[in-house]
Amino acid sequence: MANILLSAKGIKIRFGGVIAADGIDLDVHEGENLAIIGPNGAGKTTFLNISTGYLRPQAGTVSFLGHDITAHLPRTITKLGIARAFQIPQLFLDQTVMENMLIAAASLKGRPSGFKALSSLPEAAEMERLLDLVGVKSYAERKARELPEGQRKLVDIALALALKPKLLLMDEPTSGVASSEKLGIMDILTTALAKEKVTSVFVEHDMDMVERYANRVAVWNMGKIQKVGTPAEVLADPKVREQVIGI
Amino acid sequence: MNGRFKPITAVAVVFFVVAALAPLFVASWATLFALILAKGIVVLGIVLLLQAGQVSFGHAMFFATGAYSAAFWGKYVGGGDILLYIVLGGISSTVIGLIVGMFVVRYREIFFGMLNLAFSMVLWSLLEKMFHYTNGADGIRVARPGLLGFSFTPETFQYVILYVALVVAIAAFCGVQRYLESPLGHMLRAIKSNETRLEYLGTSARHVLLVGYVISAFLGGVGGALVSIIQQIATPEFGFWTKSGEFVFIAILGGGAHAFGAFAGAAMFETVRFYAAAHLADSWQLILGVVLIVIILYAPNGLIGLRQRDDRSKQGGH
Repeated sequence: MANILLSAKGIKIRFGGVIAADGIDLDVHEGENLAIIGPNGAGKTTFLNISTGYLRPQAGTVSFLGHDITAHLPRTITKLGIARAFQIPQLFLDQTVMENMLIAAASLKGRPSGFKALSSLPEAAEMERLLDLVGVKSYAERKARELPEGQRKLVDIALALALKPKLLLMDEPTSGVASSEKLGIMDILTTALAKEKVTSVFVEHDMDMVERYANRVAVWNMGKIQKVGTPAEVLADPKVREQVIGI
Repeated sequence: MNGRFKPITAVAVVFFVVAALAPLFVASWATLFALILAKGIVVLGIVLLLQAGQVSFGHAMFFATGAYSAAFWGKYVGGGDILLYIVLGGISSTVIGLIVGMFVVRYREIFFGMLNLAFSMVLWSLLEKMFHYTNGADGIRVARPGLLGFSFTPETFQYVILYVALVVAIAAFCGVQRYLESPLGHMLRAIKSNETRLEYLGTSARHVLLVGYVISAFLGGVGGALVSIIQQIATPEFGFWTKSGEFVFIAILGGGAHAFGAFAGAAMFETVRFYAAAHLADSWQLILGVVLIVIILYAPNGLIGLRQRDDRSKQGGH
């Protein structure tokens, strides 16, 4: 079996009366694409928030490559090799796509200069390659604000890849994108992840996407993991079909 | 990317050339331009923080720190030098900026602004109350210092301080431009648009803002030292909240989108004050008030924004 990258044990968190995580145990294996599915409010995004240090669980631990990262700051966790892409793309809207990428590159390198021009960073070529990889190179000199939503999503992912992560957590990579573009984006995405050797966890609502692109699926329901398995196993389960997919 | 800045850089060059030459023809402009340049350096610090979307309503504390550094040296040590005063003002405000900064960079927007205000009012009270050391509200006279061992007559001195201010202002302007194009500068601007993403890239937004804040404090101190030399006095009023307001006012007047906005605003502000004060006595504030209303209504990006507005209308845009 492949190495375990991320391991969550007994994660619990509640917001008032809502139990968003009620004893979550999950291992993410190196090299897989793990999909998280489940009804709204099941705690899928909460899991990503806890894994990236945005939220602190009330009980349980998260470890990454053997380090306990429970309640570390997002930036510390980022430095260890977990990157995140967002449901709503989180870009620096007033700067160009290339500047966005170079800020990420400068972040990764650490100790950013206050004197040398950002545009002269040696990482520029590598950032251009990543933009090309996700198919948005032609937008490099445009302000992030001017991009259509689908392209913003891809830039958001390129920003995460710029950090050279071992693990990428994505919250609904195809939400807010026209259904005709979804397949295209997921194709670009999975090819890029394989090429960069990045393991991924993605929250997804579209079962077509899950079937096509996930190696493994974890089903969330009411703050618990209801089932984990291959897409075929999970989607064949009558309980999952009824409660999560709604068939 | 650089192309966008070229027209305004040209305007900046023209401004600095005018500041260097015009006073040779009209002697009373020497002090006017020296003040414009010195205030512009302070406002440069405000413009810098505006890049991060933050407005400090307490920057007069660094201005006063710079001014009093010069004043204290003159009072207790004596034998001052322009360069020494500028260096002292810069160092002392940097130190205070670092200490105050560690608190204020934890906050944003109105809380950031008000906390700065609170710190500045503490300094102002100390300057007012510690009469024994500061002469209270009377302030401390700053005797005309020399430069590198030379001393000057008042007539020559006004030109000496003008050119020193000009050199410092150009250096500050170029330095800030360069900083804003650097990774740290871009990160500072990223705080305004998406601080969360910045943290998720592995960078501490607080650290980035602290660096910007300390640079901005440094500029405040350097400008304060220069003004105390030009006006030959440092008073607690230098640190009062209305002074902080004046710097923010000038930044908005000039426009916060570009470093040159600081000098454009300072030029407008000091010129109106210079002439209106001569002809209209106490109503110069009224004129500036009207100017500000016009700017906010018709040129929300400040004086430097007028040009961009002009460009857009030429392209047939709105």
